[in-house]
Amino acid sequence: MIAYTIRRILIAVPTLIIVLTITFILVRIAPGDPAEVRLGDYATKESVEALRKEMGLDKSMWAQYLETLKGLLHGDFGRSMINGRPISEEIKRSLPYTVQLTLMGIIFGAIFGIPTGVYTALKRNTLSDYIGRTLSLGGLSFPTFYLGILLMFAFSIKIPIFPVVGGGDIHNLADNLHHLALPGLTLGLIMTAYVTRMARSSVLNTLNEDYVRTARAKGLTERKVIYKHLLRNSLLAITALIGVYAIVLIGGSVMVEIVFSRPGLGKMMIGALKQRDYTTLQAVMIIFASLVVLINLITDLTYGLIDPRVRYK
Amino acid sequence: MKKNGKHRKILTTFLKNRTSLIGACISVAMIFIAIFAPWISPIDPLKQNVYYRLTPPERGHLLGTDEYGRDVLSRIFTGTRISFFVGIVSVILGMVIGTGMGMLAGYAGGKVETALMRTLDIMMAFPDEVFGVMVMIVLGTGVENVIIAITVLMIPRFARMGHAPTLALKEQDYIAAAKSIGASDSRVLMRHVLPNIFGDILVMSTLWLGTAIRLEASLSFLGVGVPPPTPTLGSMVRAGVDFMGVAPWVSVFAGLAILVSIFGFNLLGDGLRDITDPKLYAR
Repeated sequence: MIAYTIRRILIAVPTLIIVLTITFILVRIAPGDPAEVRLGDYATKESVEALRKEMGLDKSMWAQYLETLKGLLHGDFGRSMINGRPISEEIKRSLPYTVQLTLMGIIFGAIFGIPTGVYTALKRNTLSDYIGRTLSLGGLSFPTFYLGILLMFAFSIKIPIFPVVGGGDIHNLADNLHHLALPGLTLGLIMTAYVTRMARSSVLNTLNEDYVRTARAKGLTERKVIYKHLLRNSLLAITALIGVYAIVLIGGSVMVEIVFSRPGLGKMMIGALKQRDYTTLQAVMIIFASLVVLINLITDLTYGLIDPRVRYK
Repeated sequence: MKKNGKHRKILTTFLKNRTSLIGACISVAMIFIAIFAPWISPIDPLKQNVYYRLTPPERGHLLGTDEYGRDVLSRIFTGTRISFFVGIVSVILGMVIGTGMGMLAGYAGGKVETALMRTLDIMMAFPDEVFGVMVMIVLGTGVENVIIAITVLMIPRFARMGHAPTLALKEQDYIAAAKSIGASDSRVLMRHVLPNIFGDILVMSTLWLGTAIRLEASLSFLGVGVPPPTPTLGSMVRAGVDFMGVAPWVSVFAGLAILVSIFGFNLLGDGLRDITDPKLYAR
């Protein structure tokens, strides 16, 4: 297991570096000079030059790249191009909201998605399977922002029981959860659709396994076959696959944060985009990609821990 | 003759599979709207009328009007046209480029394969919405750029679809046989590998068409898609949010058009996958 863990982490490191490089390049080739953007349309040439120097933009691309990399190693994301404040502080403020939202999304998705998926698989080709499949396909078809808007319309405007916007006070649990309810429900419902489908197909695959046939052949009751042989094995696959949807989850959180004007990394990203604050944008992109890489790493390690076969591949 | 029989079998299974049939009907209806939007729109989608700001659905404006008094139904038709155009073009481009890259990587093996597939894997470490936004910032808004952004997002998916089966197929005897009688690499790929994976790829592209339409809508919802005054479904939803309390119809109907389009393709693709999956015949 230790060798596997080290190997897996060693793969994650270059991925992160390449992610950083791609982001760095994209941000540099984006139109608009950061110094000009910050000073506005009426700045003199000299003041722009001075600011470029102050921001380190007069150095070579390579030097800037190494500087960014060095900063990141120390957890320093540089300063915002627009207001000059350290980006790390802004991230520290936003990150908890996004983590809260995504956690709620995935927990909700697992609690409702796994049982539905398992149930519809066991009852395949019956009416309840048919309904379950159509509903989950419907959930997959919902753009996250549209589901959010509909829920907001129903439960904030028509029946005003939840706040329309904001993230609430992070230190006040009740207020915080009150604000989290609708955004969390939006993301949770979308995740439920994904998890249901995945759980269903995972159970269906397990149903075809030899050991399930053997268990039946040796005369075990259907109940025992399902609980002792089938579920144990397919739940493993489901746990592992939840990591695959990290991307969906994080992408969805961006849309949810925008709909509900909820503080968080997605809101930060779109705000930076509107103001052309490329350094903030770069920082948020890197965090997003790192989160995905991290979740995948954790998933792989968990899977390796539960299923020894994975380790020796 | 034998080929005809196989086709007929697929066709009858298709007709029996209600899911894909309903999906096909929805998709065809939406494609019809997309193609004929300029002719079936009751009013010019760009025409503003201050006397009819935010009027609820009524005769003359079946789905109401928006904050500039523009007809929501006509705007939805044009928005659907844009969505489908962007979706279909980017899926086709993504399919050609992505599948090609995946097949090449699988067939060539070695360093080419590692470099190509690793790069694509890393692209997939970015959530779609995040990477899409990034590409749009670099390119700037506009229809062509939205197409490029979504194509870029489609390439890794198709590349994976093309890569894995090629790896397995290239070990097959008939590929060795084709090579031994002097078939060129491109001939092997086009005539012996591609036909084997094309069916699966076509099925997946139906599903990803839904994804592409969702991405187009998300990008224009975020304000980095096709710029105004061209109506897009995503930007209509966005604009309507500000008037949700007084005029919910703008957002609700525009979003419904997105939902129905995606749902149609998902039903169709899902049904097709069931039909083409040989494991299901055995069951």
